[in-house]
Amino acid sequence: MSTQCGSKIDFKQVDEIIQSYGSKKSNLIAILQQVQEKFRYLPEDVMTYIGTKIEGLSPATVYGVATFYTQFSLEPKGKYEIRVCDGTACHVRGSMPVLNAIKARLNLKEGQLTSDDALFSLETVSCLGACGLAPVVVINGTVYPQMTSDGIKVILDTIAKEGA
Amino acid sequence: MVKFDIKKEQEKANEHIKEQGLRVLVCAGTGCVANGSLKVIEKFRELGANVSTLTSYDKMTVVPTGCHGFCEQGVLVIIPDKDITYVRVKEADVEEIYQSHIVENKPVERLLYTDPHTNQHIHKSEDINFYAKQTRTALANCGHINAESIEEAIAVRGYEALTKVLEENNPDAVIKEIEDSGLRGRGGGGFPTGRKWRFTAANMGGKSYVVCNGDEGDPGAFMDRSVMEGDPHKLLEGMAIAAFAIGADEGYIYVRAEYPLAIKRLRKAIADAEAAGLLGKNIMGTDFSFELHIKEGAGAFVCGEETALMASIEGERGMPRSKPPFPAYKGLFGRPTLINNVETLANVPVILLNGASWFNSFGTEKSKGTKTFALTGEVKNTGLIEVPMGTTLREIVFDIGGGIRGDKKFKAVQIGGPSGGCLTEEHLDMPMDYDNLIKAGAMVGSGGLVVLNEDTCIVEIARFFMNFTQNESCGKCVPCREGTKQMLKILEKIVAGRGEMEDLDTLEELAIAVKDGSLCGLGKTAPNPVLSTLKYFRDEYIAHIRDKKCPAGVCTALKKIVIKEDLCKGCTKCARTCPVGAISGEVKLPHVIDQSKCIKCEACLGACPFKAIVKE
Repeated sequence: MSTQCGSKIDFKQVDEIIQSYGSKKSNLIAILQQVQEKFRYLPEDVMTYIGTKIEGLSPATVYGVATFYTQFSLEPKGKYEIRVCDGTACHVRGSMPVLNAIKARLNLKEGQLTSDDALFSLETVSCLGACGLAPVVVINGTVYPQMTSDGIKVILDTIAKEGA
Repeated sequence: MVKFDIKKEQEKANEHIKEQGLRVLVCAGTGCVANGSLKVIEKFRELGANVSTLTSYDKMTVVPTGCHGFCEQGVLVIIPDKDITYVRVKEADVEEIYQSHIVENKPVERLLYTDPHTNQHIHKSEDINFYAKQTRTALANCGHINAESIEEAIAVRGYEALTKVLEENNPDAVIKEIEDSGLRGRGGGGFPTGRKWRFTAANMGGKSYVVCNGDEGDPGAFMDRSVMEGDPHKLLEGMAIAAFAIGADEGYIYVRAEYPLAIKRLRKAIADAEAAGLLGKNIMGTDFSFELHIKEGAGAFVCGEETALMASIEGERGMPRSKPPFPAYKGLFGRPTLINNVETLANVPVILLNGASWFNSFGTEKSKGTKTFALTGEVKNTGLIEVPMGTTLREIVFDIGGGIRGDKKFKAVQIGGPSGGCLTEEHLDMPMDYDNLIKAGAMVGSGGLVVLNEDTCIVEIARFFMNFTQNESCGKCVPCREGTKQMLKILEKIVAGRGEMEDLDTLEELAIAVKDGSLCGLGKTAPNPVLSTLKYFRDEYIAHIRDKKCPAGVCTALKKIVIKEDLCKGCTKCARTCPVGAISGEVKLPHVIDQSKCIKCEACLGACPFKAIVKE
């Protein structure tokens, strides 16, 4: 999937997305999800565009919705999206050491969510519903069960070698 | 006039299942998929191609099912014809199962479940303690049918209840049946379902909606996910019956974004049901139409609250609205709306098929029926269970759950997620139901049960939950937005070793303010874990504050790492391992850790060959 950050955005694609769901306020979240799927984040220009295109919306309300839900990202995500589950079960079984190991391995500074080489982005989620396999890490849809701080380093190294 | 011959369809479906030959059921719920079940399925399919040449079966069909619930023992493989359940199956084991059992009829003993008490190998899942003690009604079909086949759903009596309801054509009778069953909301509120239906039906006439709350935001809960993944048609049927009863013709299932498999299975189920005339316009050829849509969440715990959920469906920020007006009167898009949890709706067809008196033969006086629980944390058998209301905590944790992992000491069970509270040893023999739990300062909630052992710091758990609810607070009302923030600050102070005794009073005052003043359930229940842990584990808080000690040895700031003088041989390994140079000493003489420099990373602990370094 290509990242179209900063470069010209094809608004025709945005129109297609709006039309496929219907140009209604109640479809905003689904539209934004599809936009993020396509562009890997929500570009400000696209949010403004949607806010002016759909009746009943404004750029401010679109921005409000985009910043309310944690799924939406206003910055480009990495090629590999790491989701560490920090739900109760995973927390109790040791999700924090895994999270710290990832931050250390990716050299992420305080508040930084995407690695400098844009290969990985990291977020914690509240519960993936796979509590029997705690602690759980998901990378681009693949679920890694019973993770440890050593295990996750091996996985990241493997992905980095293959994916860079 | 109902133009759907359910008996004929069931016969057809059962024929089709017979034609599948030998069925091999492999769990393809999210958990087992993570453990490689898709590879297991592929391998079985590959090998099974020649089953007719090697056995008397003319065909072998590998069936991906929904979650069996025994997640600790995944991947689960059940072969009904051979009366066998295999556990912890890996791709590399498939060949042996195929050759030894399917072809030569010799069970593979090493892949059977071993009972921890008798050390016996168990063949059938019904005999495994984990299952034997359960009463699966909402989860009855999960793990036994192909979750993506409407035919298999029909074979296990799917849509039979809907057929009956449409044939009898009496919405009022349906509502009465649900009222008589005693079913209460399974999402956490425990509001009598039949009464909610009655209220909503009273406003019928114009446009009404049925909404299913599939947000399941509680960390540690995955019951609704399993129903949606494992038996989606049951949910669709429950919603259709509800719509008929309250006069709705359109509905939404709100599923959280973190459940992509559930979304996929639900979409397929809806499409298949529409194609079969069991959903959509003129269901079964009658006047009743019910159009069902799926709305995906976008990552907001607060959207599990019914008014926030409806705001989200309307395309807005998921912020709750004041009640009254209640959704039954004015809900989605301003119309009368019935909003129920997934498990509540999944119980509807079951109740209508078996009758209200069957359902209320289970449970306690005011809490009827069964309840699913997600049993996780420091328990041996983590997984998904369903038991009659009134089952005790002891039975759940020690019987079905198999006891504490590593045989450590039971400390508490956290129930009800971030809105819930703790149950301790004194509650082990309490029958679990809505009212008993509220009396104990907890709540059934969605049914997430996290078992905590002696190595868990209760104060840290309270901080963890407050951190969660603070993050998820939508910000609309001051008591929740500011109150949870201040409560969190105090808890963070305490686990960092900077707590003061007055903090406990402030914490309690704030908790009451937040509970009383918040607009919605998130704020109203956010203080519960704090109040509950203060009630039962006040000593642990005091230890953190007054003695600057963490009894469970968890809170980093309160950890003290010490070198035992009498055991230290002065080998200097620890001093060389320490990343911050906090250890000093001469060769062959006891070394010392400078506590002001120590960052508690415990590297030295692991490095010492004489086990001379300990945590105090």
